[in-house]
Formats: sequence, structure tokens, C-alpha cells
Amino acid sequence: MNELTDLTIAEALAGLKNKKFSATELTKAYLNKMEEGRRFNAYVLETPEIALKAAEKADKNYASGTARLLEGIPLGIKDLFCTKGIRTTACSHIIDNFIPPYESTVTQRLFDAGASCLGKLSMDEFAMGGSNENSCFGPVINPWSKDKNLVPGGSSGGSAAAVCAGMCAGATGTDTGGSIRQPAAFCGITGMKPTYGRCSRYGIMAFASSLDQAGPMGKDVRDCALLLNVMAGYDEKDSTSVRKEVPDFTKVLGQNVQGLKIGIPAEYRPDGLSKEISEAWDKAAAILKAHGAEIVNISLPHTKYALPVYYIIAPAEASSNLARYDGVRYGNRVEGASISDLYVNTRSAGFGKEVKRRIMVGTYVLSAGYYDAYYVKAQKVRRLIQNDFKEAFKLCDVILTPTSPVTAFQIGDKSMAENPINMYLNDIFTVSVNLAGLPAMSLPIGLSSDGLPLGMQLIGRAFDEETVFKAGYVLEQDAGFKRK
Amino acid sequence: MAIDNDTVKKVALLAQLKVDDDKLDETRDAFNKILNWVAQLDEVDTQGVEPLVSVHEQTLICREDVVTDGNKKDEILANAPLKEFGYFAVPKVVE
Repeated sequence: MNELTDLTIAEALAGLKNKKFSATELTKAYLNKMEEGRRFNAYVLETPEIALKAAEKADKNYASGTARLLEGIPLGIKDLFCTKGIRTTACSHIIDNFIPPYESTVTQRLFDAGASCLGKLSMDEFAMGGSNENSCFGPVINPWSKDKNLVPGGSSGGSAAAVCAGMCAGATGTDTGGSIRQPAAFCGITGMKPTYGRCSRYGIMAFASSLDQAGPMGKDVRDCALLLNVMAGYDEKDSTSVRKEVPDFTKVLGQNVQGLKIGIPAEYRPDGLSKEISEAWDKAAAILKAHGAEIVNISLPHTKYALPVYYIIAPAEASSNLARYDGVRYGNRVEGASISDLYVNTRSAGFGKEVKRRIMVGTYVLSAGYYDAYYVKAQKVRRLIQNDFKEAFKLCDVILTPTSPVTAFQIGDKSMAENPINMYLNDIFTVSVNLAGLPAMSLPIGLSSDGLPLGMQLIGRAFDEETVFKAGYVLEQDAGFKRK
Repeated sequence: MAIDNDTVKKVALLAQLKVDDDKLDETRDAFNKILNWVAQLDEVDTQGVEPLVSVHEQTLICREDVVTDGNKKDEILANAPLKEFGYFAVPKVVE
């Protein structure tokens, strides 16, 4: 652990402040690491000039004593965030030449705080997928892979792989059904999906607007807190962002969890849950208990309906959001004799298989005659799922579950290629949180017998990220997980 | 309820997509798997349950109806696949 790229953001900030190394040195270390790690295919665009220019400015600011909160910290940005003047593609051919004329609010806030952009990170096309195999730039390789290439999870797979392999100090992710937490679990890093409304969605290419939320992915809990401190906040450009004070999330780190009530939902231990994951879960609960927390058995009775609800609501919203990609205002165009032919030709050539599938399912469930049976029904069950959490949080302060029922699987897994539902099932422990709009974190708790990271999830009450951070920090300290 | 190839074609058209003839069966089967799977929601009693549209019970905030942005023609057109005379250009739509 003596490379600059091994340092956490907190450690790097201390080193920069104490002049142990410069921001330029730190940035160059990351750029070297990115070059070494190109085989992982995590970056879809590297922006070394931009990063080095920012580093130069950071060094000046440190010299003049005007360093900002994240001064000189090099980040990777998921390619769903629009970055002004830097190609942004959502990893879709339909828009693979797009140069945004504006900056997303979240990245603006990070850059305004002195962080820099190392490049854009791969993801499943329009954030639809759980393995990063749906990227138009090809699959990303999980740095934990041994003899066979494993997926990094998805959709924020490039972000998770880059953080894991030391190719950025931290990364942005987005989470619609588990897209921060599941790849964080697969790659042995920490990821936080904040409460819906905490971070502005402005400038993030929309997938399912009532579920999408940006969040940090980092080397540890503290780094996620440092990043979220900057990313979160009300933005008048996003009508769903919430006018609420953003606390300093690092303040709770190290506070004790004496008397904290930890909910363990019965429904998250289905028959057939792997013994290893079940045991890791018990271990996590035991750690919190040893620190004086109280373990409470709870029930979230509508859990089994969360995925079907999600796979109605998310495609419905996607079919509407993705209507804008028509070959007229931006992106690629495939000509046609009429305007309708132009739309059809453009969209048929530009979207990938899974994206088309979801647009069509969404179109179907919103179409006349089926709207009530599918879409409205799903919205009703969504309320029951939210009510489950409201009831549960009368009995406990935070909920502990595994992040995923599986560890990282092989690229090109046959059962998932054959039946999309098998891929969807990987999100079984994460989607409910998006449907209810709650904050949740995934952090590594240990390794499986075949040496792959196991992730634990902590779910909090709406706008109570602090309790999640507090409990997560305690877990992290005692889990003794060794970063890659 | 299973859907047939004609429905697949109709939905594709609504979504401004084309499914090639040799992909119709495969698309229909994947579609039916998903619809059969989400149909398990039918077993949930939702009598009297209000549909959840937004997770936060906040009413949208109105702002002053004033211009806050604009005069960005060049930026807006910058990514257009085809532009003419300061407009987005498309095939002729009026005969």
C-alpha cells in the first residue's frame, strides 16, 4: 500500500494539504494506472489533458491556501452524466457522438469543489442492465477475475471496476434498481444510493425518472460520505430535488451504534439463498450486535412483488424518456423517405437489444386497454411496498440485507442470455429501495470461498443517510475487508 | 395472456421501432415471458390503494414565470445530425 492510487480520498486530501505530493503527481499516478488497466475496458473515454489542467489549478490553490473541499481529487464519471464539451454517450450507439453543451448539476458541484475528471466510465446502455454487458463499447472486466472473465455488475460497472482497480479516486454512479449497489458488491467497493431527491438529476440522461438517483462509489465509507457531501443538494433545475439541508455525512463516522435497532427482513432469506451469503449476513449482524446494536426481526411482506412492479414502471418511464432519441436534434440519424421512416430507421439501428425490449414492454403497458391492468396496478403495489418499509421503520432504525443473491458471474452467462428474467432476478434485494425512494449503501463484508467479494446492504429511512453511514462505518471497521 | 406476432409489430410501430421478421418469434417469446412473470401482481389485493406516483409527498414548487435561460441557438443546434438555415432539418412532412 504505498502507491498514490491506493490512498483513499480522505488520505489523499491530507497528503495534498501537507504537501507530501502534488495534485499533478496524484493525477499522473491515476493516469498511469488507467493505462495499465485498459484491459478492464472500464473507461470509454480518457481525458488526461482535462485532468492535468485541473491538477495544475489545484496545486496553485494548495500553494495559495485556497483549496476547496475535493481539491485535486481525480474522479471517473459514469457516461450517463452530461459533461460540458466532453463526449457523453450513455454507452448507446444512438447517441455515441454527443458533446453536451452543458454540465450535469452533480458533476458541476464536484468540479466546483476542486475534483477533476479523468474520463468517462462504461455502463449498460442507458443504465439498463446488471452486468455491463449491454455497453456499446463492449463488456467491462471485473478486476477480481482470475482464470475466467467476470462481469463487474451493472449498470455502473465501469465505475465500480475503475474504483476497484485504482483507476480513479472515486466515481459517480446512478442507481435505478441497484445500479450503484450491485456493481459495488461485485467489485468489493462501497457505493451509496441516496434518498430520491437528494441529488439533482439535471443533466443525467434519464432512464426511469421516478427511480433514478445519482450517488458516489468509493474505496470506503468515508470517501462516499465526502463525495455525497458535495454531490447532494437542492437544484432548481430538477423539480424532484428536495429542499433540505445536507448534513456533513462524515460527522457520524465513528459514532457508536449502541441501542441502534437493526432490522433483519425475513423475506430476504429465500429458500436457496447461498450459504455463504447467508453466513456473511449473520456475520454483519453479529458485528453490529457486538457494538451494542439490537437485532430486530422484521417483515417486508411485498418483497416478492418488487421486481415485477419495477419491470412495469421502469420500462414505462423509459419508453417515454427514450422517445427523444429520434435522429433529429442529436445523436445518429439513419435517413428515411419520410419522417416516420427516419425515426424508425434511426431508433432500430441505434438502440441495443435490451433497450429495445424495455421500450417495447413500456410502450405495451402504457398502451390503451392495458394501462390500468399493468401500469396503475404496479403503481398501487408500489405503494404497498413503500408502506412495508414505513411499518418496518417503526420497529427498527436501519435495515441490513445482502446486496445481491450472487457474486460476480462470468461474462456471457448462458442462462441470463437465454432468459432476461434471470438477469433481472439479480436485483431482487435492491429494487424495493428505489421503489420506496430510500437511501441504501453497499459495502464489502468479506470474500466467498472462490475469492470474490460479498456485499452487504444497509437501508435507511428517507433522508436518514446518516444512520446508514454510521452503521456502515462500524461494519467496515470490523469486517476487515482487504481492498483489491 | 399471450401476445402474438401481430401485437409485437403493432407495439414496435407505436415505439417507432422495427422488429425484423426473423426476430419476431424471439421478441414475442421474450415479451411473453416478461408479461407472464409480471402477471403475478394480479394476486395482490390493491382494493382502495392509491397509486404511488412520486415517493415524496411534496407538491411541486412554482417559480416566478420569468425567463431564466435562452439565446442558445448555436449550442442547441450543435449536435444536430442535419441543420439548415438555423433549424433542425428533417425530410419533407407537408406535401
